Parts: sequence; structure tokens; C-alpha cells
Amino acid sequence: MYDGGKIIIGLIIGIGLFLSPFFYNAGKAAKAPEPELTAMAKEAKVCVAQKSYMRESHFTMLDEWRNTSVRDGERYYTAWDGKKYYKSLQVTCMDCHSNKTKFCDQCHNYVDVDPYCWDCHIVPEEKK
Amino acid sequence: MGVDRREFLKIAGYAALFGLGGKAAIDILAPGELEASMQGIPLTQGKRWSMVIDMRKCLKQQEAGKDGCKECMIACHREHNVPDWGNPKHAIKWIWQDKYEHVFPEHPNQFIDEGVRHKPFILLCNHCLNPPCVRVCPTQATFKRESDGIVAMDMHRCIGCRFCMAACPYGSRSFNWGDPRKAPKELNPDYPTNRAYPERSMGVVEKCNFCVELVAKGELPACVQACDKIKVHALNFGDLDAPESNVRKLLREHYTIRRKPALGTEPNLFYII
Ligand code: SF4
Ligand code: SF4
Ligand code: SF4
Repeated sequence: MYDGGKIIIGLIIGIGLFLSPFFYNAGKAAKAPEPELTAMAKEAKVCVAQKSYMRESHFTMLDEWRNTSVRDGERYYTAWDGKKYYKSLQVTCMDCHSNKTKFCDQCHNYVDVDPYCWDCHIVPEEKK
Repeated sequence: MGVDRREFLKIAGYAALFGLGGKAAIDILAPGELEASMQGIPLTQGKRWSMVIDMRKCLKQQEAGKDGCKECMIACHREHNVPDWGNPKHAIKWIWQDKYEHVFPEHPNQFIDEGVRHKPFILLCNHCLNPPCVRVCPTQATFKRESDGIVAMDMHRCIGCRFCMAACPYGSRSFNWGDPRKAPKELNPDYPTNRAYPERSMGVVEKCNFCVELVAKGELPACVQACDKIKVHALNFGDLDAPESNVRKLLREHYTIRRKPALGTEPNLFYII
């Protein structure tokens, strides 16, 4: 084998470079952010569905809300506890969760999703 | 509730295995719950919403003021966050005005009545009984509500192909050439004007929605409210399906015309001239 040593050294450097981001980030995995609740949300205690469901599948519900309210004209949602809610991201959800940066954006950034809700729906004004 | 897509597909799959239809799958997955979410709260019960526009009253009001009357247009555009682009080519029209001759081109007359000649008529979507815009939409973003005949838009679905604009014979539809949020600030100082209603994004088509969001609350459309507020009452919104409704009464008592009736779109807007 010609220049075996050089090739092996080159390979080691190459693999090292390739893996460097893993070594660089080793041991400091970014912690999943906790969504922050506003005073109003805390006081309400319950959301339109159980917390676990909302955490995992709020987008499924929003999707269903938008289809049933826009297309079928069913504008009210009856929750598990019998309470009725007006199906609206902008008016109902964001009324309680008026802290979009701390409630929505943190996690969306963490999992690197970019929902296009806000292209049209108006974001509540947040105090800096 | 409490079912994700995967679970739904699983249940639907089993249902299909056992030879049940899609409806049965829904029954298995959420007994009672689906019904609850389907009930809604019926606030208004119109079957065929329509509008009768009394142009005599409207023109009288327009001539009374120095710059005419713009109340209905201002009210609609405020309610629905419609910005002013300052450029007629990019104008977003939900409710607008045009000359009699342009509105009713099938009534040509060299020696036309001075009462209507060049007069600005109020225009909005006709919520046609047989809407060509709905027929051509490839995504069903534009659809006719079976319950009350409103020709509605699902902005989430519109891909901006503009087939509907080509199909609508009345110019009732506008394309967003730019992001409404980027409309010139000096023309739209307090935009968005209604924080309870969404905006649109660049590249979708929009039009009058017959104020579905207000009608659902049992309120009259914003333009009608505005016209009533100044006590002109030129815009009359009501149910064409109810023989004793305000609109049916007006149609019985007055001669009315519709735009381009020969096309067979069956507009639900009527003009008293
Ligand atoms: S007026 Fe135009 S946009 Fe409105 S329903 Fe008729 S065809 Fe469709
Ligand atoms: S522009 Fe939008 S609403 Fe019009 S036909 Fe295309 S998808 Fe349908
Ligand atoms: S009915 Fe509503 S959306 Fe249509 S022109 Fe009047 S205010 Fe605008």
C-alpha cells in the first residue's frame, strides 16, 4: 500500500471533522422548553381539552376547528366538561395564551416547525 | 377527541375490514363526542341569504354629501381588514362602486335616463345560486354553503390559481399581489382594523363573504349596519326562501334588476332603480 499512513491519518482527520458537531454539542443537549402560562391561563385551570392531549395534538384540534367552522359553519365546540367554546385560534386560544413567544414559539423553534397560522391570524400584542 | 391521525386510520382500517363505511368509523371512534361538536349554536336560520339594494335611496345619500357616501365600504373594509393599496390595479374589492353603464352593460341606451347615467352603483359578490367560481376552483377553496347559500372562501386552501377570477362574470374577486401587512402605512394608519378577524397572505384570492362571521352571531352584515346607522336603509339583507321576509316583500312591491341575468348564474343581489 502506498502512503498508507497518510491515508489513515487523513481518514481520521476527516472522520473527526465529520463528527466534530457531535463532540461539540456532547453533554449539553438543549432542554425542551416549558410553555409558560399567563395569569389568565393559570386561573382558568382547564383548557379546551386535557393538557396531555393539547400538548401532543393541539394542531389536530386546530385543523379540525378550522375545517368544521369555515366549511361546515359549526362555530362552537363542546369540551369534555360540557363547556362551549367559540372555535377560533385568534379570538379564543390567544385570549388566554396571549404570550405567543413564550407559549407557542419556544417549542416550535425547539422542534423546528414553522406553522403558517400567523401569516394571516393576528398575534396578540405582547408587552416586552 | 383524543385520537390522532394514526389512531383514526387504524380504526378506519378495521372498520373497512369489517365492511363498515367511513361514517361507522366515526361512530366507533367518538360516540357522542362528534355529535356534540357538530351541534354548534344556531343563531340564524336563513336558507338563501340575499340582498336588495335600493339605489334610489343610495344615490340620494351619495348626492347629499360633497364626496358621496362611502359608509358601507368603509365599514366592510374595517371589519375584514381590507387594506388600501393606493393603486387601483392592486385594489382588494369586497364592496365597491362602478358606473351604471358598466354594471348593466346589457341595457345599452344612447339616450339614457339622467337618474342613472354615470351613477355609481354599489357592487359586491352576488352569492350566485349557480356560481361559476365554485365550479372552477380546483381545491374547493371556494364553495357554496348548502345551509344558507353563502359563497364562501376557505383561505387555508386557496392556492392562488385565479381560475375563480376568470370565471366570475362580475369582477367580484381580487388577488393579493402583496402581503396585506405590507400595504402602505400612510394609507392604512390603524391597520389591522379588526383584531378579531384574520388577515390574508400574499397570493390568495378574496371577496365579500356576506359577513358569515356576523350572521353566525345573529348580526346583520357590516355594510347593512353602516347604511342603517345613517338612516338610509338602502341595503336590505334577508332570506329569499321565506315568503314573508323583508327581501321578498321588497321584490313583490318593486321592479328590480339583476346583473347579467342571461348568464344563468342567478345572482342573489337585486337592484331597485
Ligand atoms: S358574483 Fe362572482 S364570486 Fe360571487 S358567487 Fe357569483 S361568480 Fe362567484
Ligand atoms: S384562486 Fe383560490 S379560490 Fe380561486 S379557484 Fe384558485 S384555489 Fe380556488
Ligand atoms: S356583506 Fe359583509 S363582506 Fe359583503 S360587502 Fe357587505 S360588509 Fe362586506
